[in-house]
Amino acid sequence: MAQAAIELIGINKSFGAVRANRDINLEIVRGTIHGIVGENGAGKSTLMSILYGFYQADSGEIRVGGQPASIKSPNDAIALGIGMVHQHFMLVDNFTVLENVILGAESDALLKKSIAKARSELERLEREYGLEVDPDAIIEELPVGLQQRVEILKALYRGAEILILDEPTGVLTPAEADHLFRILRQLKEQGKTIVLITHKLREIMAITDTVSVMRQGTMVATRETTKTTVGELAELMVGRRVLLRVEKGEAEAGGVKLAVKNLTVKDSRGVTMVDDVSFDVRAGEIVGIAGVAGNGQSEMLEAISGIRRAVSGSVMLDGKPIDLTGAADPGELRDRGLAHVPEDRHHVGLVLAFEENENSILGYHDDPRYLKGPFLDIDAIRDDARDKITKYDIRPADCRLKTANFSGGNQQKIVLAREMEQDPGVLIVGQPTRGVDVGAIEFIHKRLIAMRDQGKAVLVVSVELDEIRSLSDRILVMFAGRIVGERGPEATEGELGLLMAGVEHREAAE
Amino acid sequence: MDLFNAIIQVLDSTIRLSVPLLLACLAGLYSERAGIFDIGLEGKMLVGAFAGAAAASVFHSAFIGLGMAILISVAFALVHGFASITHRGNQIVSGVAINFIAAGSTIMLGQAWFQQGGRTPALASDERFGAIIWPGADELRSVPILGPIYSELISGHSVLVYVAFLAVPFTWWVLFRTRFGLRMRAVGENPAAVDTAGISVAWLRYRALICTGVLTGIAGAYLSMVQNGGFVKDMTAGKGYIALAALIFAKWKPVNAMFACLLFGFLDALSIRLQGTPLPLIGKVPVQLMQALPYILTVILLAGFIGKAIPPRAGGVPYVKER
Repeated sequence: MAQAAIELIGINKSFGAVRANRDINLEIVRGTIHGIVGENGAGKSTLMSILYGFYQADSGEIRVGGQPASIKSPNDAIALGIGMVHQHFMLVDNFTVLENVILGAESDALLKKSIAKARSELERLEREYGLEVDPDAIIEELPVGLQQRVEILKALYRGAEILILDEPTGVLTPAEADHLFRILRQLKEQGKTIVLITHKLREIMAITDTVSVMRQGTMVATRETTKTTVGELAELMVGRRVLLRVEKGEAEAGGVKLAVKNLTVKDSRGVTMVDDVSFDVRAGEIVGIAGVAGNGQSEMLEAISGIRRAVSGSVMLDGKPIDLTGAADPGELRDRGLAHVPEDRHHVGLVLAFEENENSILGYHDDPRYLKGPFLDIDAIRDDARDKITKYDIRPADCRLKTANFSGGNQQKIVLAREMEQDPGVLIVGQPTRGVDVGAIEFIHKRLIAMRDQGKAVLVVSVELDEIRSLSDRILVMFAGRIVGERGPEATEGELGLLMAGVEHREAAE
Repeated sequence: MDLFNAIIQVLDSTIRLSVPLLLACLAGLYSERAGIFDIGLEGKMLVGAFAGAAAASVFHSAFIGLGMAILISVAFALVHGFASITHRGNQIVSGVAINFIAAGSTIMLGQAWFQQGGRTPALASDERFGAIIWPGADELRSVPILGPIYSELISGHSVLVYVAFLAVPFTWWVLFRTRFGLRMRAVGENPAAVDTAGISVAWLRYRALICTGVLTGIAGAYLSMVQNGGFVKDMTAGKGYIALAALIFAKWKPVNAMFACLLFGFLDALSIRLQGTPLPLIGKVPVQLMQALPYILTVILLAGFIGKAIPPRAGGVPYVKER
């Protein structure tokens, strides 16, 4: 029997009335890669935060290397050789790599010695694990893949033997993710223990030795990766069978509903984010925009939906032009049959402090259906909200509840219900399932395909390649503000990955 | 030669007038770099000025006065910390409250203790910080150009003036060469990074606020024990706010802060100098306009001439661990 690096015995943790972890038992074997999967809110991150000393368990025992350990702060965890790479990087953006690495692990009250020591230590880590990064680079000027590498280096610099990674691939391109996996395998060969938290089953299958599944705060199963399947894991996560790929018929594309011509958009710093982009979306088809986050997709969506002013370019909606460089505003676009589910539902899509029913008519509040003279018709609004709750299976089914109290997936359903039920001709959706559970993903995908089958034009932007491939009838790939390729839904992940990384684009330019 | 003497005089008073600004500006730098907005610089200077003058006149010692000024000012800084770090209160509200308490309590206590309408008794010369004459200053006075520069500009200031200007390289060194400085800058940018590195965010911010309190205390002592021979009500007269403006103008960097404060001090000195003096072409300018000049220029400079000043990113936001 191999030795356990970490044993968790009977861990319980509650936040108010929510039991985030119930009686968790988990054993992680030294020198392996151990995956932990589960839906959002299943308690994975809470469990790992307890292990890293960010929270304290209400009850239960932690053993590190066979010894009972009391982990009261990240300091204790670091001293026990536990390092963590957080989902949102814990880096100081305007510091250099070196400064970030030594922060909190300085050897001296003066920085000179610490920096010299860190510099030689980084060189050693670079040699041993192939973790090369310029020690004097400023973090915010590095691509996310390298920023993540700095996080790994930070942990290794502190002598981590056990490395916890929380959703590490969410922000990476497929190529960057592959590179990360190579690094993780190398770390494993050197005897490090790695805990990988993710909701992406494909990654689990690709890299882990053992996988544990969490559901609603409990640990439901632990399997050897070679002896399980994606289907079984998905079922364990959700508690029922799940369709991993929505079934859909052939698209019957009709006339052009939305035509974007030579659209150019700059961000607030004056950097060109969308560069002369043109494409059409026809009735009865779903067009998917693939790309790594930050390649202009967000700015393009904002321009088309009237939130951000375009520098130049035109958009035709149902054959009639919209002026995106000037007076277009989201309200006018809504009136003309363009509905928009924004990428960032918390900041743009919802007012979290409002009740559910108020959010379910947000932006359509001047519709006569919701008005009684100059006043809002509260009864009509609530009836309407209750209808949507039933139809979209929004839980809890309470239209008076504050929106902040719904889970991410249900908040997304509130926005989708609001926009889809207006029966728009064109639906634009940004990141339809970001932060949404597997079960709800299936539901949302089905609704989007139903919209398509009703003959609506649907434009989907997502950084999840699987989602784009499963939904789209045509796939456009964006890189550095341009559309660098169009593919059919049968395109392979590798092919799209290369386009997303700009590889083919660069070759074509040479 | 008249013009040269006039320039020397204006520059000399520039130095004197920029000292309280500089001390307050550096004080603000410590706290804002650590992520705590401190609009209460004004109030802390004021209580420092009052405590310094009161203690000096009671104990007949300038140094006891200075110590008391620092002590009381640090106490007020800790109140700000208690409200905004420990209890995660709104930093602007807490700062404004401190300014009001300072303005009211100094007058009230001054009247109760000294019965001079809110003033403290005039300080005798041994109760104030006198000028330090550098060796050879008197002998070199007659040397053309360099003589007056040495004996007027460099020599002949009180010890607090030198403290203020030495605090500039010292602050730079603390900020960029020490562990405390690294952590302090980090906590103002991303406290979560500091927390996950196993360092206490609260303790770090408290320490930064103590530095702030020490410096505003010295600034207050300078006002009531060097520039003036005693405390007068509301004697800070908005210097705390000008210091905040200078801090933004300096983009939160110590050396820039010194130049920004010298500029504001120079404008102030110039407006005093030009009062009642007819200007060529324009003629006599009303006193009020001259007095308003530094403030008008502040607005213009801040509005257009410094480019984008990016404050520490976590500034003003209380750190909440639970996500």
